[in-house]
Formats: sequence, structure tokens, C-alpha cells
Amino acid sequence: MLWVDKYRPKTLDKVIVHEDIAQNLKKLVSEQDFPHLLFYGPPGSGKKTLIMGLLKQMFGPGADKVKIENKVWKIDAGSRTIDIELTTLSSSYHVELNPSDAGFQDRYIVQEIIKEMAKSRPIDTKGKKGFKVLVLNEVDKLSREAQHSLRRTMEKYSASCRLILCCNSSSKVTEAVRSRCLNVRVNAPTEEQIIKVLEFVGKKEGLQLPANFAAHIAAHSNRSLRRALLSFETCRVQQYPFSENQTVAPMDWEQYVSEIATDIVQEQSPKRLYLVRGKLYELLVHCIPPEIILKKLLSELLKKLDADLKHEVTHWAAYYEHRMRLGQKAIFHLEAFVAKFMSIYKGFLIAAFG
Amino acid sequence: MAPLVQSSQPWVEKYRPRQVKDVAHQDEVVRVLTNTLETSNCPHMLFYGPPGTGKTTTALAIAHQLFGPELYKSRVLELNASDDRGINVVRTKIKDFAAVAVGSGGRQGIYPCPPFKIIILDEADSMTEDAQNALRRTMETHSKVTRFFFICNYISRIIEPLASRCAKFRFKPLSEEIMSSRIIHICKEEGLNLDPEALSTLGSISQGDLRRAITYLQGAARLFGSSISSKDLLSVSGVVPPDVVKALLLACKIGDFEKANKEVSNFIAEGYPVSQMLSQLFDIIVEAEDITDEQKARICKKLAETDKCLVDGADEYLQLMDVACTTTRALSNMSEEFCYE
Ligand SMILES: Nc1ncnc2c1ncn2[C@@H]1O[C@H](COP(=O)(O)OP(=O)(O)O)[C@@H](O)[C@H]1O
Ligand SMILES: [Mg+2]
Repeated sequence: MLWVDKYRPKTLDKVIVHEDIAQNLKKLVSEQDFPHLLFYGPPGSGKKTLIMGLLKQMFGPGADKVKIENKVWKIDAGSRTIDIELTTLSSSYHVELNPSDAGFQDRYIVQEIIKEMAKSRPIDTKGKKGFKVLVLNEVDKLSREAQHSLRRTMEKYSASCRLILCCNSSSKVTEAVRSRCLNVRVNAPTEEQIIKVLEFVGKKEGLQLPANFAAHIAAHSNRSLRRALLSFETCRVQQYPFSENQTVAPMDWEQYVSEIATDIVQEQSPKRLYLVRGKLYELLVHCIPPEIILKKLLSELLKKLDADLKHEVTHWAAYYEHRMRLGQKAIFHLEAFVAKFMSIYKGFLIAAFG
Repeated sequence: MAPLVQSSQPWVEKYRPRQVKDVAHQDEVVRVLTNTLETSNCPHMLFYGPPGTGKTTTALAIAHQLFGPELYKSRVLELNASDDRGINVVRTKIKDFAAVAVGSGGRQGIYPCPPFKIIILDEADSMTEDAQNALRRTMETHSKVTRFFFICNYISRIIEPLASRCAKFRFKPLSEEIMSSRIIHICKEEGLNLDPEALSTLGSISQGDLRRAITYLQGAARLFGSSISSKDLLSVSGVVPPDVVKALLLACKIGDFEKANKEVSNFIAEGYPVSQMLSQLFDIIVEAEDITDEQKARICKKLAETDKCLVDGADEYLQLMDVACTTTRALSNMSEEFCYE
């Protein structure tokens, strides 16, 4: 098991970061009537850990006994039946699913499956709680339609079912859904907090962890605990005992993007654009999300730019990322951004140096 | 099955008025519906207005008061956005429901039980135009034995031929006094202590949406105990702390790109919603005395564009950076056009 999973705190009392949120959650569920919850915060900030701890707090160890099921649902959509395949993770008390996996059919998941689950009350013989919990991940990726479909379900079945929604950006969750939940913001841990976790894991693994090195990993983690722990584990494989100034290698793809940035700044020509296109394709083929590529590329380019150009380049990055979201083929928009950059940069060079 | 525990209902449901007369602040509709209870008749209805103003509550209340628990199932059909309301469903489900005859009716105990059925189409603005068009016929054919209640946020999303057949009622955002009195009532029932400052904070952060106010109140009560301060309410409401907004604005004012970048990155890492930042920035910019009208116009235009981009699902970091750049340029009167395009 990876350290990220192995050392995930199992209860709300054991968390190392977000102690305040954990304690609050404990108070929250001490009564039966708590509202629906919406957890939001950047990737790797600890939402899932808190949610799992919360379930355990509510239902006891039974919440840990989960089974994964892959099920095909037949949905009657008037004139035809649609098959939707969905993976669920469930215990006797809760069901967890990723409704946005169904893509443009996500509306059916909300209208049929979630409603069905919300309607039926739990078969809880010991009568611990009168309701069951549905955990929905990535609700920010749900279509507007699907989100609208959630609204009334949240009210109508609230006596038998509590929803726990989880997402990265709450801006993408409609006001109507947000206002039906208690919003729980889970901020990314600070570097100090990440160091604390690294030290904890190091101790459990019986490792000597030099303070400088821990700080170094934390600084390179983008404030993501997941990322910090992954690179900690990688470093462990690469070299042990650790040294004070051991390097924390950037991820391969990041290295690659920074090379692309160098390519672009070196030469602005159709030929170079063609070369860069190939490299961008390579990244996409390796399933690096296009917006992540674009953001990384922007940050690498900004490092190389004159202050004069920064606004302009930032603007176009935002512009093309938005277009990419509306379009279908990411590569077009990534390439368009590179071409735009080349033209701006060339214009700047000519103006400055003739 | 486990018994349904009444007390496990969130407060929003627990304190949903069960009778039309208890719906606050929407006097016109309450008057008309109270009349309905006496005359046992009513027109088709269209309720529209912002969230949390009592639309669903009112429709459910009148339906219950007309028919009582026994007849409710057979006389009232509630369809909302969580039901498939495509054109086929409209043609079959609604038609089937409307087609089954109702008896001659007549009062049963305290319930008037008029001889018609009610079809509540909640969140009707998310129905397609095709489906709405299909409804026109159904409405006409069965107009003797059915009354339609359309509920929506935006009346413009309801096609004219439907809207024109209904008596329309606008649900106003609740005034602060009304909100306060409902909140105070809940506090009394739940044994909470809310000081006047907290009460007014709650009024202003929930902006006339009582559902939001009640949800915040319950959240704060569960998290911070029975004495609730203004600070507690702010922390459950997702409002961005004012210093954070000011810090970003300051970075833009002094034109420091790196600083702005750091503020934005930090903002994202803290997990605040950018949409919230935009609305708080908007408030500050519009009120600011040291910013010219032209600068304000440039910045506000950008805020509007960005709002749309966010709705389209654009990346929050990039969008806020773009806002920061535009704001910086506007505040130092740099040209709107870029130099090297
Ligand atoms: N006018 C009102 N009078 C009393 N309570 C209200 C009123 N408006 C909203 N509420 C409260 O807010 C909650 C949501 O109201 P609802 O009718 O579902 O809003 P919507 O207009 O969005 O359909 C209800 O449970 C109720 O407690
Ligand atoms: Mg409603």
C-alpha cells in the first residue's frame, strides 16, 4: 500500500492537519439533524480523509467495511432504454459514487439512481441512525442539468438521506445546491503542517528525516499532502539514508513542460510550433489534463518574461483555457496558445531589438 | 426498515410552514390562496422569484390543505427537476394522471377536496421548450379537471403560451425584518442565543434567501454551540475574509505582478470560491472613492466576463489572474489594448 493510503488517519481524532475542522465535524454529527454537507478545497487538501473519518464517527467501524460494485443500470428514457455503468463503493450505511463519470448522461444518474437510493431508508437493524448517507464526488463536474436535478431531491428526502458532496471548486456548484448545504472549506495544508505529517510518517517507517530535506519536500509539494507523501516515498526508493540537501526531482511531465517553454522562447517559427505540437500531444497521450499543462506552461513562461509581457500572456492563457473548456479538442487550444505566445514574443523582440 | 425519526430532519424542513397563512412576506399569493380554500377554486398558477422565498412551500401547503393526507397522493402530482420531464414524460405521465376522473368531490372533514387535480411543476425553468410546448395541449384538454402550478426562478424561461394561461405571482426576497422574525422564532424553539449583531449579519449574508439563513444558522449552532456570534456565522457562510480581498486589490494597485500571483495562488490553495471573490471585489470597486469611473467600468466589465467564463467551467486560477491583470492595468491607466498583439 502506498504511504498516502497507509497513513491516512482513520478517525477524526487522529488527523494531524485540519484538527479544527475535524473537531467541528464531530460536534456537528452529535445530533441527528445535521444538514447536507458540501466539502470543497484544492486537490490533496484532505477532504476524503475528513469524509471517511466523519462516516466512521457516525456509524462506527461498520463504515469501514466497504465493497466495490460495478453495476449496469437500465434507465428508461421514454422512447429508449439507456445503459449506464457505474462503480459504487458502499457499506451498510453509506454509498459513495462519482456521478460525473456518466458524462453527458449524468442527469440520469441524479434523476434515477440517486433518487432511488435517497428514497429507500437504511436497513439499519440496530437503529443507530434513521438515515443513510450518500457521498457524491466531483460534483463540480456535474452538468448544470444534473445539478438542477439534485435540488429538490435534497429537500424531499432529507429525512431519510443525507448527502455529502465533495468537489474542488465550489464556484462550479450552482448557488441552488450550495445554499442547501453547510459548506465546509478544506484549505490546502501549509508547508509547516506538511512537514509535521512527513515527520509523523518518517517516524512510523523508522526513517531518519533531516529537517532541511523535509522542508524541501514540503516546498515542492504545491501544498498538496498527497503529492508530498508520494515524492517522499519516491525519494526513499531513490536514496536512503537521506541527505540534508537531497534533490526532490520534479515529476517527469513537469520537466517536459519546462523544456517546451524553453523551446518556445528559443525560436518562434512554424517549424518550432510543429515540434511543440508533437510534445504537447505526448503529454495528452499520457493523460496529463490539458488545463494542468496549460497552467504549468504559463508559469514556466512567466519565469522567462519581461514584466511588460506578463499581463498579456496571462490573459491569453486564461482566454484559451476557457475556449478549451467549451471546445472538444484540447490540442487545438493548447497549440493556439503557443502560436499566440510566439507571435507576441516575436513582436516584442522586434520592437525591442529591431 | 428503520423508523423515520422526525427529529432527523434538517431545520429547513422542520420549519417549513405547513399552512399557506404561515408563509411570510408574500401577501398577495397568500390572500388569493386563502380565498381558494373558501371557494374551492383557483386558476392555474405561476410562482416565480429567487431561491428560498417560499415558492415550493406555498405550493405544497395549498395542496395539502385542499386535499389532506388521504387524497393527496391521488390528487396531487409533484414533478421537479429531479424527475425526467422530457417531452415523452409530459405526454404520458402527466396525461395519464390528468385523465383519471375525479369524483364530484365535496368537503371531507376540514379539507375542501375540490373536484380537480393539481400538477405541481417545480423548477419548471429547467424544462426544455419542446416539453413546455407539449404541455400546452395537455393543459387545454384537461383544463376542467386539472390545475397547474408552475414554479421557477426566471419567468423568462417559461414559454409565453404557458405563462399567459396562469395567474402570476412574484415571490419577493424576504425583507430583513421578516427574516429576523423567522430566525428569532427558530432560535426560541431550538434554545439558541443570537445577539443583535449576529442577527443582522445573518440577514445580510443570506440576501433575502431564508433557506440559506436557516442552513447557516443550523451549521453555526452545531459547530459553535448555542451562543452564536457574528463571526461564527461568517465562517459557515463561505464569505472571504475582507483582508484577503484587500490584499489582492493592493497588489494590483501597486502593479506588482509577482505579488498578485502569490495572492491568487494562495487564495486558490485556501480553497475559497473565486465566484465569491468576484462579488466581494465588485462591492469594493463600486464603492471605492479613489478609483475613477472609467477605471471602475473597465474592471466591472472584466468581472462580468469572468463570471461567465466561470459558469462555463473555466479554470479558477487563470480567471482570477486575468482579473488581477486587467485590474492592475486599469488602475495604472495602461491602455486596454495590449502592445504586441
Ligand atoms: N415566505 C416564507 N415564509 C416562511 N418561511 C419561508 C419563506 N420562504 C422560505 N421559507 C423557508 O425557507 C425554506 C425554503 O423555502 P422554499 O419554499 O423551498 O423556497 P423556494 O422558493 O426556493 O422553493 C423553507 O423550508 C422555509 O423554512
Ligand atoms: Mg423550490
